[in-house]
Amino acid sequence: MTVVRQTPLPRRVSGYVLLIIFAIIFIGPFLIQLATSFKTPDDAASNPLSLIPNPFSVEAWKQVLGITGIANVDFPRWLGNTAFIAIVLTVGRVFLDSLAAYALARLQFPGRKLVFLLVIGTLAVPNVVLLIPRFLVIKELGLYNSYGGMILPIIADAGGIFIMRQFFLQVPVALEEAARIDGASTFRTYWSVVLPVVRPGLLTLTILSFQSSWNEFSFFLVANSDPNKYTLPVGLHQLTTGSLGSTPNFPLNMGAALLATIPLAIIFFIFQRHFTGGQLSGGVKG
Amino acid sequence: MTASQLPTRGEVRSAVTDKPETVPSRGRRKAVRGTQGRAGWLFVSPALVILVLFLVIPILLALYISFTRWTGFTTLFASNGPKWVGLSNYRQLLTTNGLTRLTFATAVRNNFWFVVFTVPLQTALSLGLAVLVNDRFLKGKSFFRTAFYFPSVTGSIAISLVFLFLFQGNGAINKILSTFGITGPNWLISTNGVFWNILSVFGVNPNNPPGWATHTFWGIRWWDWLAGPSVGMCVVIILIVWTTSGTYMLMFLAALQNVSEEVEEATLIDGATSWQRFRLVTVPMLRPTVVLVLTLGMMGTWQVFDQITIFGPNNPSIATPAYQSYAQSFNNFSFGIGAAMAFLLFLLIVVLTYLQRKLIPEDIT
Repeated sequence: MTVVRQTPLPRRVSGYVLLIIFAIIFIGPFLIQLATSFKTPDDAASNPLSLIPNPFSVEAWKQVLGITGIANVDFPRWLGNTAFIAIVLTVGRVFLDSLAAYALARLQFPGRKLVFLLVIGTLAVPNVVLLIPRFLVIKELGLYNSYGGMILPIIADAGGIFIMRQFFLQVPVALEEAARIDGASTFRTYWSVVLPVVRPGLLTLTILSFQSSWNEFSFFLVANSDPNKYTLPVGLHQLTTGSLGSTPNFPLNMGAALLATIPLAIIFFIFQRHFTGGQLSGGVKG
Repeated sequence: MTASQLPTRGEVRSAVTDKPETVPSRGRRKAVRGTQGRAGWLFVSPALVILVLFLVIPILLALYISFTRWTGFTTLFASNGPKWVGLSNYRQLLTTNGLTRLTFATAVRNNFWFVVFTVPLQTALSLGLAVLVNDRFLKGKSFFRTAFYFPSVTGSIAISLVFLFLFQGNGAINKILSTFGITGPNWLISTNGVFWNILSVFGVNPNNPPGWATHTFWGIRWWDWLAGPSVGMCVVIILIVWTTSGTYMLMFLAALQNVSEEVEEATLIDGATSWQRFRLVTVPMLRPTVVLVLTLGMMGTWQVFDQITIFGPNNPSIATPAYQSYAQSFNNFSFGIGAAMAFLLFLLIVVLTYLQRKLIPEDIT
């Protein structure tokens, strides 16, 4: 049955007022950040709240885009590193995680339960505990300060395997049986029959992997100390904590932080639905 | 990966006990099992090799390092490599009076107050936002949902730089406060506990604590244990609440949408007010999600690291165990101490998660 209800006007008004206040709190900092990136350092220091740069200056953006050089700082290169590493990590994770997840969800092999417990077990290990251990192994393997050392250790992740396994478990078994009767190999069945069915899962994993690799900070901080291989988060960190510059240049900092945010923001607005879906499928599924 | 992707307890339980369906199940079982066995291992081994080589083995190595003295400059198996010192590192952190213990205990204290404030705030705010956005009579919901979620998407370091700017002594936040006639503190460099600041309003001098509070626990005066988060730490609390609420809001939204319309309408017919409906019907049905958010929040907040590397170096009242473990290893070249800190933190998180699950069961029955 349908109940016709009309919320009283005061409640609706107070609802909107609250929503707008919170929207300002959640979006305001980004607007201030954007405005500040077009200010002069003096203006940014004396009018930190103003949303209108006075005078309007593109000096910070010239520095961010590498038109005006700064010693030891190379944002375009760091942007390139970030994009390169994020793309390789995303492709690798989607491929390796889904392969492993399919085996754990559908293939009968000795030791499967043990492998699955190991995957779940590694999920429980806090990230901060891994900083020193990963540094040790990268160093021991001679991979310190190399792209290989930044990519290989995190090119497969337990979280991704877990999420993909959930998607594979929902695929009807009959689909694979039909392919098998037609004589398709296990890999063929997986690649041409099962993967197309779990496309939503692959998209979710792609977006989550890209977001987390793009934003990854702590691991790259310990895996590499060569400024030529910095990603944007590490470069930003070095820029502000003093090893590269001393007095804070706020328009530059805000512009550089925007450079790290904008590509992700564009992807977010295109794939919004999948972003939010992904968070949920991992967290509160079922 | 983010904390929100962790499986819930129920998921893990069912994932371990449920036998997945496998193809095909009858007839040529033996032959098929042979090819599936090979394929299974072939499929799983690339990821497995990565996890074992870069996760399992490293953790065992780090455990070994926590019982040694090592600068990080030599290789692990060199003759001048890590030197076995037994429990010495752990003793320095837990029992031996000295700078090492003071640093670690202070970090635990800082992190404790950070968790105590952040977890309830992020849970309450995300639930509140979800209820607001879920209201059927308001328009433009998807805009607001996007606005609230957006900070969760951005990178921790980029957003920390923005907050570093906003909370400058003469920054935007203090400008806003001054329009209300409030003189804001020098947020980022202030090490004073907020409880001290509140007490000083009532004429208590924070530098002159009562006698009982000068006794120490783990090398720190009770007066300092009870100081609350420092003003500087409050900035990190605000930052984390602001960036995580969007993610948790989505979890609450999913749960709210499961609260069936019929249940709501039944209570409506019974004449319940909307507040009663919320309290008596919605809240109990949200309980599993509240527990999930509390658990994820606690596990996440005890590990806070990225933001601390931006705010912490100039303010010891902001440093956390995760940060000190890093700083001891990579700045002071005491990898043994750093690794021991990391394992003590790990142990602390495991114990607290276990206690939380004992004390707050997922279902009321």
